[in-house]
Formats: sequence, C-alpha cells, structure tokens
Amino acid sequence: MSHAQTLEGYNFAYLDEQTKRMIRWAILKAIAVPGYQVPFGSREMPLPYGWGTGGIQVTASIIGQDDTLKVIDQGADDTTNAVSIRHFFARTTGVKTTERTESATLIQTRHRIPERPLQEGQVLVYQVPIPEPLRWLEPRETETRKMHALAEYGVMHVKLYEDIARFGRIATSYAYPVMVNGRYLMSPSPIPKFDNPKMDNMPALQLFGAGREKRIYAIPPYTKVESLDFDDHPFEVQKWDDCCALCGAQDSYLDEVIIDDAGGRMFVCSDTDYCEDRRAQGHYGPLGQAAE
Amino acid sequence: MYVAVKGGEKAIRNAHRLLAEVRRGDLGVPELSVAQIKEQMSLAVDRVMTEGSLYDRDLAALAIKQARGDLVEAIFLLRAFRTTLARFAISTPIDTSKMKAQRRISATYKDLPGGQVLGPTFDYTHRLLDFALMAEGEVPEVEKMDASDVAMPRVTDMLDHEGLIEREIVDDEAPIADLTREPLDFPAERNLRLQNLARGDEGFLLAMGYSTQRGYGNSHPFAGEIRMGEVEIEIVPEELGFAISIGDIFVTECEMVNQFKGSATEAPKFTRGYGLAFGEAERKAMAMALVDRAMRARELGEEIKAPAQDEEFVLYHSDNVEASGFVQHLKLPHYVDFQGDLEMVRNLRAEQKQTELKMAGE
Repeated sequence: MSHAQTLEGYNFAYLDEQTKRMIRWAILKAIAVPGYQVPFGSREMPLPYGWGTGGIQVTASIIGQDDTLKVIDQGADDTTNAVSIRHFFARTTGVKTTERTESATLIQTRHRIPERPLQEGQVLVYQVPIPEPLRWLEPRETETRKMHALAEYGVMHVKLYEDIARFGRIATSYAYPVMVNGRYLMSPSPIPKFDNPKMDNMPALQLFGAGREKRIYAIPPYTKVESLDFDDHPFEVQKWDDCCALCGAQDSYLDEVIIDDAGGRMFVCSDTDYCEDRRAQGHYGPLGQAAE
Repeated sequence: MYVAVKGGEKAIRNAHRLLAEVRRGDLGVPELSVAQIKEQMSLAVDRVMTEGSLYDRDLAALAIKQARGDLVEAIFLLRAFRTTLARFAISTPIDTSKMKAQRRISATYKDLPGGQVLGPTFDYTHRLLDFALMAEGEVPEVEKMDASDVAMPRVTDMLDHEGLIEREIVDDEAPIADLTREPLDFPAERNLRLQNLARGDEGFLLAMGYSTQRGYGNSHPFAGEIRMGEVEIEIVPEELGFAISIGDIFVTECEMVNQFKGSATEAPKFTRGYGLAFGEAERKAMAMALVDRAMRARELGEEIKAPAQDEEFVLYHSDNVEASGFVQHLKLPHYVDFQGDLEMVRNLRAEQKQTELKMAGE
C-alpha cells in the first residue's frame, strides 16, 4: 500500500524536527539504560492521550522515507485504532505500510508482540498507558523514582507472593512485570504474559512510548528480560485447550469470539497476519478453509 | 463465520461522515458561522483559549464549531494545533497593574483607589430564563465610563505597604519551567504549578478549590481583588535589545488573600493565592487562586493532608486533554488482556470447585 498524497501544511510525520530530535535524545538515553523510564517533553498529538500518543511520537521521531510501517492493536491490523494510526502516518509521511510482520521495518503495537519472531533491523514500538510497574503499589511518582534508583523492588515480590498465598498462583495475566538487564523493573505494557518470553534476547529493538505520562523506555537488541517469579512458582504463560478455529495454530495467543447467545464460542489467532500466513500455507482449523 | 470486526477503515470513514452530518444538524436552520461563535459565545471561546493555551479567538471559535460545542473536545483540537506552532519568542511578564480594566472588584475593602467596577457580570442577575431571547431582540443602550485612564493600584500592594502580606519576590531573570516542553517534575515549584493550573480543567479546579472551602485544607480565603481587561504583550527581539509591543490580550486575574497564623519564626500575616486566565474567566481564575494557595502548603510549612494541597495529585489530574483521552481509551479494544483475565478467572473457579468437591467427598 503506498500513499502518494500527504497532508499539506504539516512536517514529515507531523512533529517538527526540533521535537523529533528531543525525542531521539530520550530514545538514545533509554537504549543506553535499558528499562529505565526517561522523562521527555511529550507533545499534544492530534489523537487522544491513551490512544497511542507515546507510540505515535516515538514512531514519528524515527520513521524515515524508506521505512515500511505496520500498525497493530490486539495483534490485528484491522482494529479501528490501528487503522486510524496507520492512516495518520500514511497521511503525514506517505511511507509504505504493510500488514505483513516480516515486511515491516517499523511495527507500532498496542497490547501484543507479533507471533512471528522479529529480526535484526526491525523496531517494535509499544504504546504504553502506565509506564510505571510499581504504580498500583505506590501511586506517587516521587516515591517510585526513588524505588527504581535504589532498585528497591521488594514490594513487587511481596505482591506476587500475596497472589500465591491467596490464589495458589500469580494472578497477573497481562502487564506482567519484567526485570531488564538485571537492573530495572519494567512494565512490558499491557501485553499478555504469553508474550513476555518474546522480549528476552529479541534481535529487534524494542521502544516504549507513554505520551500522557511523558516517559520513554527501551530494550536494546539481545538484552536479557526476565519475568519475575519464584523458584517454587516458576513463570508460566497462558495455554488453551483449543486451537485457532481458522488456521489450527496451537502455539499462538487466541482471542475468544462469542458466536451465538447460547454460550457458543470459538477461538481465533489474535495475530491476524500470523493466521493468514498459516492459512496461505495450507493449514486450517475446524472452522476455516485452506486459502486458495 | 468469523464475526470479529473487519473493514475498520470503511467503518471509520462512514462514522466521520455521519459526524459531519450530525454537526450540521437540520439543513433548514442557517449554519452557525465562526464569527457568530466568536461574538456571541465569547465565554466558551475564552475557556477554550485558556485551557487550549492558545490566544486566538478565531481558531478557538472554529474548534467549538468543529467540536459541536463540546468544549473539552474543542480544547483538544486547539492544543493539537498549538503543538505544531514554532516558538518565535518568549514575552516579558505582563503587567496587570497597567491593565485597562473592564471590571475590577475587591471583597476586602468597601471602596478603594480606582473604585469598584462591576463591568459585564452575571453577578446579581436573577437567573430567570429570559424568554425574550428566544426571539431576536434589541440590545439596551448602556452608559459606559472610560475606566482605562483611572489608576487602579493593587489591593495586595496596599497590604504590602503595611507589611501585612507576604512579600512576593519577583526575579524576572530566573529561569521558568515550561510545561509544554518538559514533563512535570517534582517537587514542582510555583511557576510550574501555576502553568499547570492555568491549563487545567475549570471543573476540576472548581471542585478542588471548593473542597478547600469545605475544610479539606482550609486556607481562609478572601477575594482580595479580581480584575479583567486588556494588557499589553511585549517581547524583546534579540536584534533590538529592547521591548516592543506586539498586541493586547484580554485576561482575568484573581488575587486571593489568605490567613496565615504564623509560625515559631514568622509573625502572623496574609498569604497569597494567584489565578490568571485568558479572556473573561472569573470562575476559573478564582478556583485557580484557591488551589494555588492550597498547594503552597509545603513551602509555608503547613501540614499536607487534603487533596488540594497534594501537588502530585492535583497537577497529574488537572489536564482535561490527558484525562479525557485516558478515560475514553477504555473504549478501545482490550480483548487480549480480557482474554488473559478470563482464562485466569476460569482456572481459579475450576480449582475452587475441585477443592469444594474434595471437601464434600471427605
């Protein structure tokens, strides 16, 4: 898909060059200190706060004319907000956009990491609502910054332990806290914990933008990312008894779709590109058909 | 079979077309012009300029028209436009003591130099619907005095002569924070707090200010002075080295005077709370002044126990563009995370049932 017509009266990728430079500085600092939340002068964007303004500013600051952009929300390219953001960049940059994970140089995401492993040279930009992993335990920014400075993360372990004491397991299924490079506790943004292992040692660069909270953080390629756990309660990811109804995948994150009002439901891949790719290769599930 | 939303692109396009149609309303009714909004909805324009942090009556009126009269949405539109503008210069501080005041009142003195000037106010009107306005009507003739030449010394300056009010030491050379370029940082100094309050949501500040009057951080306020009118904006271009005027803006200023019982080292005196807004925005300026004073608790050594005194609480939640966006982002799909919780709740319930069955069996 290429969009020759771009928005008149606005700079390439909307932001002015000084702002982009300021954001790139913040990104460089974030890469230099993996997992550390760098404050930055987040701007008002023409999309609302909480709808991806942090990710959009990061993408706008690093996107170039030769990039190919993919935007997903809940793993899918065709969810309304992903469509809106992709359209925004198509209008303001005119760059190529794609729905194929492997063809993209730049992927902006909300709530998922694509199933297909990312490669060197690719950049994954996460939209982050609450960058502070300790926020639900300590509402004050002044306190949480101190806790990070002192690497004082005991409260998070206590919280996880309390889960185990109460439920017999760690009851966090998304935004599951990770330790980056053995130093900073980091929120992976509300991705399901299913995706956490993909962050570890990923060949692609991972950038996180929180617009409303005015923070940027990063995981450089090949960085150690561990999900917090205990020796006797090791970290686990979600598993399904079902497979994808369309492509038959048993290794992907599944969305539940209600199909009638009598409790009928089916499961389908949340990653639409992964699902289509599998079907193109002839795989199919109980309700799907092999693509022609 | 596959029922999840497909074709988001087409759906969005159609929704936006529908929005444009609904915005226009009944085609049998003449279309509202931006000039009409600017002239006849001027207080809405003022609020949008203030919280949108952009003094431009035409663009604010346009934003109100585009937003179908939703002022928070209009503020958002103006902010998103503002962010694309280049910054040519930083003005010198405005001097409100030289204001051409259209209104000036003090609640602390019955009369004072320059007098009490009511100006155009809703105060003392009876809030009875004026059905005459349903029809187009004539405007009554008004006898206006020219207040612009009368000197109006500030109430706080008069108190200052007696040493009854805290000194405000102004250093115009000191660097000031810039909320639009740097993220909030704590502890937040007063210049930063005031910037935040100036852009803050009027409803939020009103409620926070009100709470201080009801015992949540009581600061015993008096409306020392409220004035509104035109002030000159000056900049010092680098190549000139002296100030030149680039125009006038209309502002509302409120100075609250608050009791302070004194401490071990300080004699009892009055303290200040400050509010400033674009246009005619008296409620906003007064609320801002109350909250400003409440947030000075740290600096004045008062115990911080009420929400309005808590700078992190107030400053992080005052911005309606941020708040509106984040509250409404809950409309976005969350099915991936919800699926994670569904799976967990199902597992927990299954385990509990197992345990119950086991207990019953024993």
